[in-house]
Amino acid sequence: MGWKNYMGMLVLFLMVAAAPLIIRNDYYLGVLVFAALNCLACIGLCLLMGYAGQISLGHAAFIGIGAYASGYMTVRLGLSPWTAMAAGIFLSAGVALIVGIPALRLKGHYLAMATLGFGSILHIVAVAAIDITGGPGGLNNIPAISLFGIALNTDTRFFYFSWAIVLIGLYFGFNLIHSRVGRGLRALHGSEDAAGSLGINTASYKIQIFVLSSVYASISGSLYAYYINYIDPGPFSVMHSVLLVTMVAVGGLHKIWGAVFGAVLLTLLPEFLSSFSEYFQVIGIEYKPDYDTLIYGLILLIIMLFLPEGLFGGFGDAIHALQGKMKRLREARE
Amino acid sequence: MNHIILELINLRKVFGGVVAVNALDLTVQKNTITSIIGPNGAGKTTVFNLITGSIRPTGGSIEFFGKQMQANHAYIAAGMGIARTFQNAQVFPDMTVLENIMVGRHLKSSSGLIRSSLIPPFFRREEKEIKTEAMKRLSFVGLDEHADKPAGSLPLGYQRMLEIARALAMEPKLLLLDEPASGLNTRETFAMGELIGRIKKMNITVMLVEHDMELVMDISDKVAVVNFGSRIAEGTPAEVQLNPDVIAAYLGE
Ligand SMILES: Nc1ncnc2c1ncn2[C@@H]1O[C@H](COP(=O)(O)OP(=O)(O)OP(=O)(O)O)[C@@H](O)[C@H]1O
Ligand SMILES: [Mg+2]
Repeated sequence: MGWKNYMGMLVLFLMVAAAPLIIRNDYYLGVLVFAALNCLACIGLCLLMGYAGQISLGHAAFIGIGAYASGYMTVRLGLSPWTAMAAGIFLSAGVALIVGIPALRLKGHYLAMATLGFGSILHIVAVAAIDITGGPGGLNNIPAISLFGIALNTDTRFFYFSWAIVLIGLYFGFNLIHSRVGRGLRALHGSEDAAGSLGINTASYKIQIFVLSSVYASISGSLYAYYINYIDPGPFSVMHSVLLVTMVAVGGLHKIWGAVFGAVLLTLLPEFLSSFSEYFQVIGIEYKPDYDTLIYGLILLIIMLFLPEGLFGGFGDAIHALQGKMKRLREARE
Repeated sequence: MNHIILELINLRKVFGGVVAVNALDLTVQKNTITSIIGPNGAGKTTVFNLITGSIRPTGGSIEFFGKQMQANHAYIAAGMGIARTFQNAQVFPDMTVLENIMVGRHLKSSSGLIRSSLIPPFFRREEKEIKTEAMKRLSFVGLDEHADKPAGSLPLGYQRMLEIARALAMEPKLLLLDEPASGLNTRETFAMGELIGRIKKMNITVMLVEHDMELVMDISDKVAVVNFGSRIAEGTPAEVQLNPDVIAAYLGE
């Protein structure tokens, strides 16, 4: 029953433990922190998209709620970072209920529309509500979070912390999908009518999983605020929501590991691209970071058209196919 | 008295201008097989949808164990002990055969979102029980060797068996089968008839909608014939076969 997933977590744990020993460069550790934060949001999104079959195009807004709750409550209200993060979780869950209940009680893809609108509105609010959010100028001097009395104010410390949270997020996610609730979600994805006929309250389940995925995003946002100690509306735009969906799709919708893989890959991608940009200059094209968006869009398009199971799933299928072929070859020879 | 499990009273359903079910009365006795037959579009599936609460009647009422049903969602009727299969076999294609049946144990288990996420599956007693019970239903329909295959990869005949196993995992009081033999060959249809007979022996009341007359006449205790949403005849298979109205409806006079 899913032993492989738990073994995979052990492998990831070992990789995380070893990484700072190998990567002795704060900049790259920092990139991996962002990878962890994206992972966290993507795990939640994957539970929603891959298992319950619902799309959210407003997940960056939940990240924003977490980040601003943390920023505002620590800076302006002087609350502790942990308290502020918890408040962000409740706020996100509450907002998810308000957005999700009307959209998810209907069959079909109304959630995508509702979250798209909600994401854009929240971004505008973040820019305009200067008294609370600091507007385009943002919020400064957000404190670092501490754990057992140790301030997590270095890249290495925060690297361990953020990936530990990812591992916890994975643990909850895997437990969930191998449970009565997880099967219920997959069932309603397969056939809503059949799931209902077996006693599953499909609307309630969709709302619950949407709330859970908003909580993942909210925590990711809070951690973001505590890591870079400064927030402005920029990173919480609809564009980032689309990027998160792309990450999950790249990994293959139906696999939590795919979401992890996709999140890490696409977080690292701009780093690769910027190191290539020198090469572009040589051939007479100036590479601008703006083009990243274009490249992400292209990736999403290619994945949707040619690899609906995602890169991760695509690899898996290719390996399965190869194994099958080998077996048949061997059998034929005997 | 005689044990009536389900009673449809003056039931009516109108879709826009189409009267799908019209003033329909029907009683279903406990531990029997009651069949509804009738031409295409007669309103048979609509009757099932009304009983399971997936649509609301325009008029009339449905009584289950003597109480008026107020189910306005399918899951509520399921909670009352009514299970069903679908005319266009609706298995969960990406889940394995066993997992499909495990979903059928939903109402017989209870862990919610939070408990499920906190405790891993191998430490949850409930999870083990769900699996054991699902295995029993799997064997009951004879799909043991297909347990780990994706349900979508099964041929239609097996998918229909699987749907029934999944419904049985609910331990329902009443099971509604919507054309369980459609698309099956003679041998499979025979096996289906035999399976339905075994379900009746488990003291589960069965309602059957089916176009295969041989199967219907073979296993039914009572047959109701509907045409244009109204009941035109009712009785034992032998009675119904001799009814001139039925013969007329089926020959299209
Ligand atoms: N959801 C719906 N909306 C509109 N009309 C419907 C709906 N469901 C059924 N109908 C109509 O109601 C009538 C009865 O349909 P129903 O599916 O109950 O027939 P049936 O007896 O099951 O037929 P078949 O033997 O072909 O399965 C048909 O005219 C059908 O078009
Ligand atoms: Mg029908």
